[in-house]
Amino acid sequence: MIPLLLIYLAIFVGSFVVIRMGLRRLRESHDFTSLKTVTFGDESAVRPDRAASLISVLTIFLIWGAFTGSKWAPFHVPGPFIGETRFTYTVEGPDGARDDATVFARVAPPGETAAPPEVEPGEGFARNDAVTVGAWRSVLVTWDDNDALSRADGVKVVAIEGQPVMPGDSVDTPAGRVTLTARGTLNFSPSKGMQMEPIWLPPPEAVVARVSEIAASGYQNFTLWEHLGWSLYRVIAGFVLGALVGIPLGYAMGLSGWFRGWFDPIVEFMRPVPPLALIPLVIIWAGIGESGKIILLFLAALWIMTIAARAGVSGVAISKVHAAYSLGASKWQILRHVIVPNSLPEIFTGARVAMGVCWGTVVAAELVAAEKGAGMMIMVASRFQLTDVVIMGIILIGIIGYGIDILMRIAEKWLVPWKGRV
Amino acid sequence: MSTLSIDKISMRFDLPNGSHVQALRDVSLTLNTGELLSVLGPSGCGKTTLLNIVAGFLAPTEGQITLNGARVTGPAAERGMVFQQGALFEWMSVRDNVSFGPRMAGQREAQWKGTVDHLLDVVGLRDFKDKAVYELSGGMQQRVALARCLANDPDVILMDEPLGALDALTREKMQGLVLKLWKETGKTIILITHSVEEALLLGERLLVMAPRPGRIHREYRLPFAEMGVGQDLRSVKRHPDFATRREEILGMIWDMEEEIMGRSVEAGA
Repeated sequence: MIPLLLIYLAIFVGSFVVIRMGLRRLRESHDFTSLKTVTFGDESAVRPDRAASLISVLTIFLIWGAFTGSKWAPFHVPGPFIGETRFTYTVEGPDGARDDATVFARVAPPGETAAPPEVEPGEGFARNDAVTVGAWRSVLVTWDDNDALSRADGVKVVAIEGQPVMPGDSVDTPAGRVTLTARGTLNFSPSKGMQMEPIWLPPPEAVVARVSEIAASGYQNFTLWEHLGWSLYRVIAGFVLGALVGIPLGYAMGLSGWFRGWFDPIVEFMRPVPPLALIPLVIIWAGIGESGKIILLFLAALWIMTIAARAGVSGVAISKVHAAYSLGASKWQILRHVIVPNSLPEIFTGARVAMGVCWGTVVAAELVAAEKGAGMMIMVASRFQLTDVVIMGIILIGIIGYGIDILMRIAEKWLVPWKGRV
Repeated sequence: MSTLSIDKISMRFDLPNGSHVQALRDVSLTLNTGELLSVLGPSGCGKTTLLNIVAGFLAPTEGQITLNGARVTGPAAERGMVFQQGALFEWMSVRDNVSFGPRMAGQREAQWKGTVDHLLDVVGLRDFKDKAVYELSGGMQQRVALARCLANDPDVILMDEPLGALDALTREKMQGLVLKLWKETGKTIILITHSVEEALLLGERLLVMAPRPGRIHREYRLPFAEMGVGQDLRSVKRHPDFATRREEILGMIWDMEEEIMGRSVEAGA
């Protein structure tokens, strides 16, 4: 872990030095912000360095690749030992006679099996042994299976690679570690290196391959697009219903003391309840089908939209309302032409928050129980240790969530251009 | 002759702690059509409260307001209001802001187009009519507010420190515009201001109010507004009478402020 952080820090600092100190000198710009002398503390002068963003993303993939033995990574951290190795052990008979023998081990690449190597029996009462083991695994060497005398005859291992050992001791060999177990057998674990096992973290190309495989042939009876599409459909249905009820309710609470008094306790009570806490109740009431999910997302969006609409009404400057009245507008006209447009920026902020919360909630609800959906995909995959599917799912969920937020921001810029400029 | 009559208005707020504030006491005033009244006074003298009562946003605890014989009970299009700032609708273009009143009254574009275009010409915003109001400077925004009020053709225009937030130079130009519009349209105008100079320049009649309780302290009839219609406002300011009046009124307000300070020091001690 520590070397990983150090590598990351080194890339962070190194690329900063190269890009900011080196390349920037070559193409200096003279726009207004670059001419500011005070940038520390002036938030508006802090612009994200796109080169840093690019290097940041590349670094994540580089580290991911380097630690998983990816074909795409230009270099790797040491991987697990693969190939053939040997170590010697010394046995002592009950009469004190000693004999040496060698264990020939063949370590197979992950996911493959290999035949044990052919070995000569050797001389003496202890014979040479042959074992095979997969990378990252270990193997128990019952060294006395082929020997003239076995542990039952009182023979025991007294040294490994010439080093005297007691049961429980370990000896490091060039390709791994050999432990004398309490029962007198030898346990050989080939060295694991620093790379991650695919079962914990698959290399990026495995995830990409899995994406194209699932995109082509589907997963758990549904295509990838159906899984993602259903999750998205639930979010949009829940959000639209929540907005259809929440916005008028928020307006009513902002315009009428009776409505505000009536719904304040309900809204203020429900607002801090995380939607995830409602999942069990919704499942009890509505089951794990579509209606349950949409009810849950409706509830997740409802309070956020209600509060946003209420804040939008409260935020209208009284002088605007007075101006409209003294220009002869009726109550309905003021609602339509003053209060509703004035509340749009607040409602958009609420909608962005609500979409984010809904997207998080739908994935969580699908993790609990669903027949289809992005969350269900990664939940089922995790049960089968299909880590590549899990990572694929997480990345797709992230991309869609980010995409939703970007679309909302574009819509906001287009529909409420005066936001933040009044 | 239509008149705005303010008849023995008193305003008393109850406070949560059981005491009360007498914001206005026995304010009476009559304005004829086409008169321009400026109202001046130290802060807390009830100028804005008085304007809000005339506009119909507040109901007085005693007395009544009548416009052309009809009692005022709430806001209406006959009494237009121009606010200090922030009362324009940012979601509408300049043109939609100015045409707001006629549109709310159900007029079709053919009916209001001529008036609105003319008013945009008068306030010098013809080229900006399709711009969003948040793209305009503060002075331009106040010109939109003036045009919006005039487009509705009110009988009385109430101005609550309309030029208060503008810089000195823009303010002077806007004062000229207010005088010009007043003369051209012949509207009755009540203008509230903090600036003695502005009150003298624009007020055909000038009301100085005193605080605690808010009441009319003195009333003047002034020649400067008439003078200002024909000539440069700066030459009006150089008129010897102007300086005399300004010193007199400044001293009057200064004394009132001193008195308030003295009273609160006594109350504190």
